[in-house]
Amino acid sequence: MAKGDPGASTRGRRAAPRTRKASSGDPELVQLLTPAGERIDSVIGPDGIEYRVDFTDEEYRGLYRDLVLVRKLDAEATALQRQGELGIWASLLGQEAAQVGSGRALRTQDMAFPTYREHGVLYCRGIDPIMPLGLFRGVDQGGWDPNEFKFNMYTIVIGAQTLHATGYAMGVAMDGRTGTDDGEAVIAYFGDGATSQGDVNEAFVWAGVFNSPLVFFCQNNQYAISEPLERQTRIPLYRRAAGFGFPGIRVDGNDVLATYAVTRQALDNARHGQGPSLIEAYTYRMGAHTTSDDPTRYRIASEVEAWQAKDPIARMKTFLEREKIADTGFFTEVDEQARREAVDLRERVLAMPNPEPATMFDHVYPNGSPLLDEQRAEFSRYFASFEGSAH
Amino acid sequence: MATETLTLGKALNVGLRRALENDPKVVIMGEDVGKLGGVFRITDGLQKDFGDQRVIDTPLAESGIIGTAVGLAIRGYRPVCEIQFDGFVYPAYDQIVSQVAKMHYRSRGKLNIPMVIRIPFGGGIGAVEHHSESPEAYFAHTAGLKVVSCANPQDAYVMIQQAITSDDPIVFLEPKRRYWEKGQVDLEAPLSQAYPLHAARVARAGTDATLLAYGPMVRTCLDAATAAAEDGRELEVVDLRTLSPLDLGVVYESVRRTGRAVVVHEAPGNLGMGAEIAARITEQCFYSLESPVLRVTGFDTPYPASRVEEEYLPDLDRVLDAVDRSFGW
Ligand SMILES: Cc1ncc(C[n+]2csc(CCOP(=O)(O)OP(=O)(O)O)c2C)c(N)n1
Repeated sequence: MAKGDPGASTRGRRAAPRTRKASSGDPELVQLLTPAGERIDSVIGPDGIEYRVDFTDEEYRGLYRDLVLVRKLDAEATALQRQGELGIWASLLGQEAAQVGSGRALRTQDMAFPTYREHGVLYCRGIDPIMPLGLFRGVDQGGWDPNEFKFNMYTIVIGAQTLHATGYAMGVAMDGRTGTDDGEAVIAYFGDGATSQGDVNEAFVWAGVFNSPLVFFCQNNQYAISEPLERQTRIPLYRRAAGFGFPGIRVDGNDVLATYAVTRQALDNARHGQGPSLIEAYTYRMGAHTTSDDPTRYRIASEVEAWQAKDPIARMKTFLEREKIADTGFFTEVDEQARREAVDLRERVLAMPNPEPATMFDHVYPNGSPLLDEQRAEFSRYFASFEGSAH
Repeated sequence: MATETLTLGKALNVGLRRALENDPKVVIMGEDVGKLGGVFRITDGLQKDFGDQRVIDTPLAESGIIGTAVGLAIRGYRPVCEIQFDGFVYPAYDQIVSQVAKMHYRSRGKLNIPMVIRIPFGGGIGAVEHHSESPEAYFAHTAGLKVVSCANPQDAYVMIQQAITSDDPIVFLEPKRRYWEKGQVDLEAPLSQAYPLHAARVARAGTDATLLAYGPMVRTCLDAATAAAEDGRELEVVDLRTLSPLDLGVVYESVRRTGRAVVVHEAPGNLGMGAEIAARITEQCFYSLESPVLRVTGFDTPYPASRVEEEYLPDLDRVLDAVDRSFGW
């Protein structure tokens, strides 16, 4: 699936395997693949919309491959941090399905505004997974071209990007790029903690008022660093949308199929001119907030274990095995590919050079600044005076 | 004298504990300040001992932290707000400069907003963007706010308590890269006598030139002075401690004696603290000066990627280089 777009696929659809039509156990949670790997054919969401996916076997396998690769690359980055090669790393462990499901639901023309943990979405956008490592290594501040990949730079200041996404979406509407099947949609990623920020609430206001083609995608991983969800809200987050005048829905964020279905629907609504919506992907951050964090100070092991049982990759694997969509050979091959890509990533990270110091003066202004030109020249002279010395 | 060796971070922790003990109206609030004890552990253990009504884990909303603290202050509390990192104070900027700073003035003195806004600031810890900024000039430029910065464990311990007992709103800048540096702390030091909150201090006496610094750069300047002494030059180091208002008496006295001044800070030079200090020295000490007041500062760029921050930040070499230039005039 690395390149495919299952939503746009016209390839032969497979009859849904062992199907059942149900509302999932939790009426508030859209789910198409249970933690036990059981496939649910379709679900009527609390919004009255029927959610389903129709994937070919190949597409199912592709999603699985994405999940495994994204997890492996993330694990490699965590290891690189532990070995001192990265200053810090924000791991996505546990959130693979939320990211791959939503990331694969995006069409080429759609624009995404990530926070700092969206390595899985980045991967789905076709960006070299080494790109965010420059930021975390401290050699750059984000390396890819947002316009080329339709994936903006990472945003560290919590919630700021939701307003950028709203403005971008307003522009899409002003350009008349909504209202058709090939219209554009925009997606903004943020966390549960971010929903407390003024910016995010202002983004909700604006997107609602301007009926912007925007999907707010909240990955509720239950914590903002040490603070549990209850420190941010008294009601389920997706219900906030109602107060701003657009629909909100909660999806099982560890279920790649449901996440895909719900996001595709919301993006399609947006591209057809039906305005914004809020998706709350209910998931769990399995690791630390970042490599600087010590989660044992604020959460208990049994909670982590309970979520382990809902692992997004394990359930997909069970499903593929049970339905004989994939065999041992496939799983071995995927693991091998993941291993190779991780080794490759590692080698390339180790080879990432430190920037030339004088490059810190670059790109402050598009057309330069006399003050800065002078400063750069002076710095270069000064710096050169140390060459060969112990400096 | 109950003297203990503490890190600067621990000294702040003990100072906060004292403040909570001494005044039931003191409340600490911020993101992750409770169970986690803050990302730098400055509030470690305080929620456990004082409860979650006095050490409050807030929602992730800086404008909310400062704005609600204003209300608490009007209600008679003394909020001590932690902003997690310098780069995250800006969502609260409007509340700080438009509301906090002006309440006393607008109410013609009827309202006091006795709050402390603690901000770990400055670079040098290899962090990603928004984690190494020096926003002091923004706040020092705003009338109604006081801006202070501690540079050693003793001052950290005393100044945080002085700030909390002060009726002014105070932006309290903590030199984050010095959190782990140790020093002697007199735990019975009186809060008001020797060094009131608004006093600069001569951190090292010298006769040949004056280095003026605050927060993280005080250590750098002391190191530079030690190095210069080996070459026979006696540099005086003044720790400004308070950036607004500046304690100019100590500054003028020192510069008149030495005849040379170099201001050192991490923040960009353009319109920074150094510009103000240099202008004032020039106005007041012109006939004592042997050479122009020089500045050693961060560059006028955004704070760069951490792998080049060593080149961005003023270091011992750049300070000594400026001293050489001052003498070469
Ligand atoms: C404005 C702002 N305040 C504080 C921080 C420090 N900080 C970084 S991540 C984080 C928690 C974010 O939690 P959440 O929004 O739930 O996202 P998650 O990291 O859990 O995905 C905090 C407080 C920040 N980056 N920006």
